[in-house]
Amino acid sequence: MAIFEYAAAPESVRPKIREQYGLFIDGGWAAPEGAEYFSTINPANEEHLAQVAQATAADVDAAVRAARKAYDKYWRKMKPADRAKYVYRIARAITERARELAVLETLDGGKPIKESRDFDIPTAAAHFQYYAGWADKLEWAMRAGQAPDPLGVCGQIVPWNFPLLMAAWKLAPALACGNTVVLKPAETTPLTALALAQIIRECDLPPGVVNVVTGDGRTGAALVEHPDVDKIAFTGSTEVGKIIARSLAGTGKRLTLELGGKAANIVFADAPMDQAIEGIVNGIYFNQGHVCCAGSRLLVEERAHEEVIVRLTERIQTLRLGDPMDKNTDIGAINSREQLDRIKELVGSGIDQGATLVQQQCELPGKGFFFPASFFTNVQTSHRIAREEIFGPVLAVMTFRTADEAIEKANNTPYGLSAGIWTDKGSKNMWVAGQLRAGVVWCNTFNQFDPTSPFGGFRESGFGREGGVHGLREYLAH
Amino acid sequence: MLATHPLIPYVAVDAVMLEARAASLAKRSIKTTTKRAGIDLAIRCMDLTTLEGRDSEGKVRSLCAKAMTPRPGWPGVPSVAAVCVYPNLVAIAKDALLGSTVKVASVATSFPSGLADLSIKLADTEQAISAGADEIDMVIDRGAFLSGYERKVFDEIVAVKAVCGDRAHLKVILETGELGSYENTRRASDLALEAGADTIKTSTGKVGTNATVPTALVMCEAIRDFARRTGERRGLKVAGGVKTTKQALTYLVIVNETLGPQWLDPDLFRIGASTLLDDLLMQLEKLDTGNYAGVDYIPKD
Repeated sequence: MAIFEYAAAPESVRPKIREQYGLFIDGGWAAPEGAEYFSTINPANEEHLAQVAQATAADVDAAVRAARKAYDKYWRKMKPADRAKYVYRIARAITERARELAVLETLDGGKPIKESRDFDIPTAAAHFQYYAGWADKLEWAMRAGQAPDPLGVCGQIVPWNFPLLMAAWKLAPALACGNTVVLKPAETTPLTALALAQIIRECDLPPGVVNVVTGDGRTGAALVEHPDVDKIAFTGSTEVGKIIARSLAGTGKRLTLELGGKAANIVFADAPMDQAIEGIVNGIYFNQGHVCCAGSRLLVEERAHEEVIVRLTERIQTLRLGDPMDKNTDIGAINSREQLDRIKELVGSGIDQGATLVQQQCELPGKGFFFPASFFTNVQTSHRIAREEIFGPVLAVMTFRTADEAIEKANNTPYGLSAGIWTDKGSKNMWVAGQLRAGVVWCNTFNQFDPTSPFGGFRESGFGREGGVHGLREYLAH
Repeated sequence: MLATHPLIPYVAVDAVMLEARAASLAKRSIKTTTKRAGIDLAIRCMDLTTLEGRDSEGKVRSLCAKAMTPRPGWPGVPSVAAVCVYPNLVAIAKDALLGSTVKVASVATSFPSGLADLSIKLADTEQAISAGADEIDMVIDRGAFLSGYERKVFDEIVAVKAVCGDRAHLKVILETGELGSYENTRRASDLALEAGADTIKTSTGKVGTNATVPTALVMCEAIRDFARRTGERRGLKVAGGVKTTKQALTYLVIVNETLGPQWLDPDLFRIGASTLLDDLLMQLEKLDTGNYAGVDYIPKD
């Protein structure tokens, strides 16, 4: 044992979790029409947390009707400055209950408590705070300079990787712009969205302005196909995004999609190397790699390849994998068994196709879903691990010789959500950034998020922007 | 004379991710048994320091007594690593510490500015060692460094190291608060290590900005890369403004996770401080008894 081995430092807050959750419709809790419930578990120990309602098409219809009524009766008519007060109130309530929400997020999703505490929850509150300020200034958000109209009822479907944060990204601009919402959280991580529903109820928003329906893909499909929804906003896989796009074609409903990615993180030989290593680690191991904008393809200038591999191999040994509730844990649990199986399958394909696997040497907890920090060298651009989104802590390392080659390889993907560039030369940084087909390009940093900054993709990573003034335009009639 | 040193490669450092990494390490939660081990380690790695114009024999003897036995009557509290004083108080400290494990460190080379002729700096060093100093804390010529005369900085370290020889351990103070960037701190670290510094040290404690977490991190990275390149382990000393147990534990975490646990040793890591010891003792008592002692239960030196 090392002389300074860190003792367990578990987060001690225990949030109240109900035995069973209904659907949040029209300002109250309702049982699902089919009386069907499913279990949500803690992926770090596979223990049952709560029973959650499976919403049917009839439940979704009730939620959409409640949202329509709230839109016509209260929300579109309300003075924008008053709408802002409600949205500010949500921001404050999230901040007041930040620790409880952080623990809940970690329990339900498996992410390290340090991330839910320092990133997910504060950033979620920041989005409500930011968009609340826009509510009475919307004429400045549009190019025309005239007071724009909201869209109406928005169906919002969010993923399991940042459950509360993605809900905040979607709810905050929609509400500030005067829309009402039916939100569907992911099947494996519904608890913080349900806690947010309770917060919204306590904030005294008019009934029906926000509705939360839980369930699997059937619930999502019912929401997408509902004729009285004016807009769908979806964050999730490209596969499901394509199905939604097909389903909405010709209906006149507005759509924004934030889908998968296979981001290139480009490291030039002149990069600030210690910081680049931190950026690589943050880029792929943040939230166990369950990040749509993860820097999952590392492109290294050939002359720096050996140095990067040596440093990265050393660095991943210092990552602390284990109980997500321990404040010193860097890598928590994989979100679900299904996701763990997918990661294992893709890692197996990497080995079969001839790439070399390097992994963090550590003991995995006996229960729960865990996967060590990993990367592959000797990766060819044709390998599956270089092309498909793994959505896990697995990095594919490839090399390039010139900047042109780096740009060509970085762009050689159907995705285009994010990218990273590491070089000490400002001019090179800016020039390469301009050539990359990606919605966000981080220069000498990675995974930086702020409510004022737009986020979104190119091509199969989706369309539409969330965050900043751009995010407002997705919720206003032009 | 060629100003920059041609043989030492330039290493790029970027503030954004350096500070992000430092902040994440500063958030490690150090509790219970680890906290106790950390406090014990911080005491064993401490250079208990007095560097004031009004320092006197009485003050130094009092400090030395505390260095040897930080908490009289409490078994198991270790001695500190060294007492750090001005050169003309070395003999008194040496006498006061006779028979103990506590070493005498002396600042030298025209501390704190370093703006004197090399002959004076060498004489200063020689005087301190002759008076019994086990360790020399020299300062670099920041003016020369910032104007690009890296050779001057390098050669002066080499010359002071030659005076120290096998007689004294050499710590080189970079005075990072005057260097203006992390990149300069990294550059000065590399120069000092290549020139033969046994330990590189952040600060004199005499300027506005002293040791900071990102500064310690970038210096650890230089030491780590030097060890990788040469196989030699060199030390780090953080100094100035380290007042609380929490800060001290953070520096231990930085060293632990950047250089590795083998660096958590008084030969390779030091904290230069004057009031930190009191807080460490108070936290130690809290761990033992569950209560904070009143400040007057801790002997003032």
